[in-house]
Amino acid sequence: MRVLVVDDSKTMRNIVKGVLGTIGVTAIEEAGDGQDALSRVDAFKPDVILLDWNMPVMDGITFVRTYRAKNKTTPIIMVTTEAEKSRVMEAIQAGVNNYAVKPFTPESLSKIIETTMAKASVKKAA
Amino acid sequence: MSIDVRHINAFLEATQAVFSSMVKLPVTFEKPELGTRDNQYDVSGVIGLSGDVLGSVIVGFTKLSAVQIASAFAQTRLEIGTPDFADAIGELANMIAGGAKAKFEGQSVSIGCPSVIIAPGHKVTSPSSAKSICIHCNTAAGRFTIDVAIQSSTKAQASPAAAASGRTSTAVPASRAA
Repeated sequence: MRVLVVDDSKTMRNIVKGVLGTIGVTAIEEAGDGQDALSRVDAFKPDVILLDWNMPVMDGITFVRTYRAKNKTTPIIMVTTEAEKSRVMEAIQAGVNNYAVKPFTPESLSKIIETTMAKASVKKAA
Repeated sequence: MSIDVRHINAFLEATQAVFSSMVKLPVTFEKPELGTRDNQYDVSGVIGLSGDVLGSVIVGFTKLSAVQIASAFAQTRLEIGTPDFADAIGELANMIAGGAKAKFEGQSVSIGCPSVIIAPGHKVTSPSSAKSICIHCNTAAGRFTIDVAIQSSTKAQASPAAAASGRTSTAVPASRAA
């Protein structure tokens, strides 16, 4: 599995990479904001994108809208402190597949990633 | 200015969640006390709130507690003054403020990018009208303080923009938010 981790915090990217390591993911690309992610996503071809919301240059929700406008279907999991219901709804309407709220435990994040990938596999097979 | 006790509880709950799930350190809280932003810190993460609630939050540390807590969070030894250290302190402040504001029921609140200030014995001041609530927190890695100066925007006159002052104030913007 190939994962693009988008977060402006290097600390958070490292923590997420650690969680990905526990579920056997080694193909990881990092981006520091939405614009950076857009410049990397076509070449890296991730199976899933883990995306922070609040970032400088281009925030996560703008990335989602821009990416989905190109008819890209790669699953996106928002990983953010934005936990309000209205924000979750906004993200899902923009095209986010799943949502993880910071702070998270390694177990909770890995479960969300695995659930998202399982759903994506079923959808692909159908 | 009065501070809604529910807002303070939200910060307690958010801090507890951050420390139990990501820093992996039990945290206990002393009784919140009224403050005037007179505390001195060696390291502080500062975040502004806007929208239905205005104000700022400081997460302040001694040098030792900052290094130990940031290192526990990042799961690697961090040295004070490095970009990774500032990033970790900023992210901790961000998660505490973000987690708290998500619990402000019925209020739409945005948080700003965290700034990290590293300077021995610095103070983070607010306008003279601003009162704050200080919550001293204890962990096995050291003590830190959450200093909350917020108010509902209907009563707000101005957002108390934090400014560093102290002997050798050196603002180190973390230039990021999460």
